[in-house]
Amino acid sequence: MTESSPVVPRKDDSVLVTEAKAGNYAAFEALVSRYEKKIYRLGLNLTGNPEDAEDVLQEAFLKAFAHLAEFREDARFYTWLVRIAINEGLMKLRKRRSDKAVPIEDAVGEEGEIIPREFTDWKPNPEQLYAQGEMETILQNAAQGLSPGFRAVFLLRDVEGLSTEETAQLLNLTEGAVKARLFRARLQLREGLSKVFKRG
Amino acid sequence: MNLLNCKDCLKEISSYLDGEMEPDLKRHLEEHLSLCHHCQVVFDSARKTIELYCDGRLFPLPLEVRDRLHRALRRRWEEKAS
Repeated sequence: MTESSPVVPRKDDSVLVTEAKAGNYAAFEALVSRYEKKIYRLGLNLTGNPEDAEDVLQEAFLKAFAHLAEFREDARFYTWLVRIAINEGLMKLRKRRSDKAVPIEDAVGEEGEIIPREFTDWKPNPEQLYAQGEMETILQNAAQGLSPGFRAVFLLRDVEGLSTEETAQLLNLTEGAVKARLFRARLQLREGLSKVFKRG
Repeated sequence: MNLLNCKDCLKEISSYLDGEMEPDLKRHLEEHLSLCHHCQVVFDSARKTIELYCDGRLFPLPLEVRDRLHRALRRRWEEKAS
């Protein structure tokens, strides 16, 4: 009879944070490994280019490391990390736009009506019809069609799974504004993707 | 009798996706969706839109980007420790 190998229990974030605060680098690295893919994807979807996404990724974790002692553990570590990353990403976008003097938040009004124009059913399982790279380009192009403030709301709520309240606090918006932006962002993205995925 | 028209239905689609809806309104909306192909398409494709952006297989972290990140963090950690 062979002995089964012992299962190493996955440590909670809060345990790893406590250990990292006490000077255990392996614990901090475990937190990085747990969330690096998600933070990179967030940076990529927000900024639309790999170089900026890498900067967002590095800055987010370097800042998290620098300010770890200040992290109050009444919030989730991941929410705190996302807050840092989204601020880094939005700062990058502001810099990119600074010559145009268009404030990110006001680029598109919240109240304008969205009128769907694409009513054709999508092809079933569109993700299986495209190579991974093609699908990523399609999704990024659609996301870049949103103004950054709306894109941030969509990414935080629908992709990162933050609550309306968390998203509102993080972006300094009212909960009503988060809901309004999310509604517009979802429909606008859907409209863009429908042009590509509709049954021909 | 269904009390919702397409415009009302569209306004509520986001709340429906979030599962945040009064039972009566939800029933009327589902009834409308069962009868209106256009609204059903908008709902289905909005849901699929979210699913696609959440697909964990997309946007992988390149190995060299990961290496640079871990090197930078290790360097910062050692600077702090020294």
